[in-house]
Amino acid sequence: MSDPAVAYRDVTVTAPSGAAILDRITLTIKAGERVAFLGRSGAGKTTALKTINGLVTPSSGIVEVEGTPLAQQDLVTLRRRIGYVMQQPALFPHRTVFDNVATVPRLLGWDEPRIAREAAALMQQLELPLDRFASRFPRMLSGGEQQRVSLARALIVAPRLLLCDEPFSALDPLIRVELQTLLIDATRRTTLIFVTHDVREAMRIAQRIVVFEAGRVVADTTPAELPRHEHPLVRRFVASTT
Amino acid sequence: MNLLRLTGEHLLIVVIAVTIAIAAGVPLGTLAHRRRNAGAVALRITDAVQTIPSLAMFGFLIPLPFLGGIGVRPAIVALVLYSLLPIVRSTLVGLQRVDPHVREAATAMGMTGRQLLWQIELPLATPAIVAGIRIAVVTAIGVATIAAAVGGGGLGTLIFRGVAMVDTRLILSGALPAALLALAADAVLTQVERRLARRRGEA
Repeated sequence: MSDPAVAYRDVTVTAPSGAAILDRITLTIKAGERVAFLGRSGAGKTTALKTINGLVTPSSGIVEVEGTPLAQQDLVTLRRRIGYVMQQPALFPHRTVFDNVATVPRLLGWDEPRIAREAAALMQQLELPLDRFASRFPRMLSGGEQQRVSLARALIVAPRLLLCDEPFSALDPLIRVELQTLLIDATRRTTLIFVTHDVREAMRIAQRIVVFEAGRVVADTTPAELPRHEHPLVRRFVASTT
Repeated sequence: MNLLRLTGEHLLIVVIAVTIAIAAGVPLGTLAHRRRNAGAVALRITDAVQTIPSLAMFGFLIPLPFLGGIGVRPAIVALVLYSLLPIVRSTLVGLQRVDPHVREAATAMGMTGRQLLWQIELPLATPAIVAGIRIAVVTAIGVATIAAAVGGGGLGTLIFRGVAMVDTRLILSGALPAALLALAADAVLTQVERRLARRRGEA
């Protein structure tokens, strides 16, 4: 565990209007850490996440993944090693569940028996038994099932880094808790960065909570310490859970 | 029989023209999607072509070397020009309608621009493209009747002969099969479109 999984060095992202979406963020995430980016909408947490897989390019500053600045990496290769799950399952509607899950392995040139093997194991773990789900199309699935397929699609290549952008916010509370549990179990050896505006979700999933406000980091703490944090926004967040 | 031969001729001109229009129109629509400026120019031109009255179009083509003149060739050229717009436009619309989240997911998974286009965008745009092809075919079947004016053959031959002889039955013997052809093509391609949409989870 020499290089950090992700390092932000003085990262600023400016909107076309000139407003700073991220304002000189410096932050290091160690390999294997499970971090929640907590904040209100517009706080910059999603933008911070997207600078890691190059969906957003910083206006200034450097983002490093595993010790190498993004600008010196081939983005296509890098993205195939990083899992990404959004609030919208965004499954490919013309592909079956299996073909959705097989997307990145096929981009990487895995042979089909290996893909079938890995998919079967992973989908079993995510409670999407392959024999029942493999040949279904996304439109035939419930929201929770679609999001599990989306997780499977991101986890199939066992990425060392998984980026989640409010993946469960559109789901009903019971299914949300169920999927949080599945996610925790499926990512025991993964560096996890999880964007959310839900304090309870952050405390449940993460070992470390980074609070964003107006493009800055206003708190960098743990679930245990969070209730005692002094920043007014953090106190309001904590108050909202009781 | 004569009618059968003329119908065959008619269909052949239409099929050749629309095939060429697909081969040119889908890439043009894709270009319009990828590069806004080039696309705007392409659309402007195909739009302008569409406003030329068909009889005038054949007239314009007569003095042109290589592409124009008299016979089947200018007929096909004119039909290609008319078929281009619906195909370019529907390709563009189909590509633009792809869910941006799906596009973002594909990019974030490490697809190159080309893989995104071939594996995701074009398959998802296919029902829309087929809709454009359907409009192109129906239009072309109608416009092809006028091709007879420049010796392009087809069912228009009967219509023009009927007009010259003031023979309504002769006119109808060309016009009715042409109309039926258009209706049949419309029905078949609508089915194809529906089936594609259903398979892709949009219906």
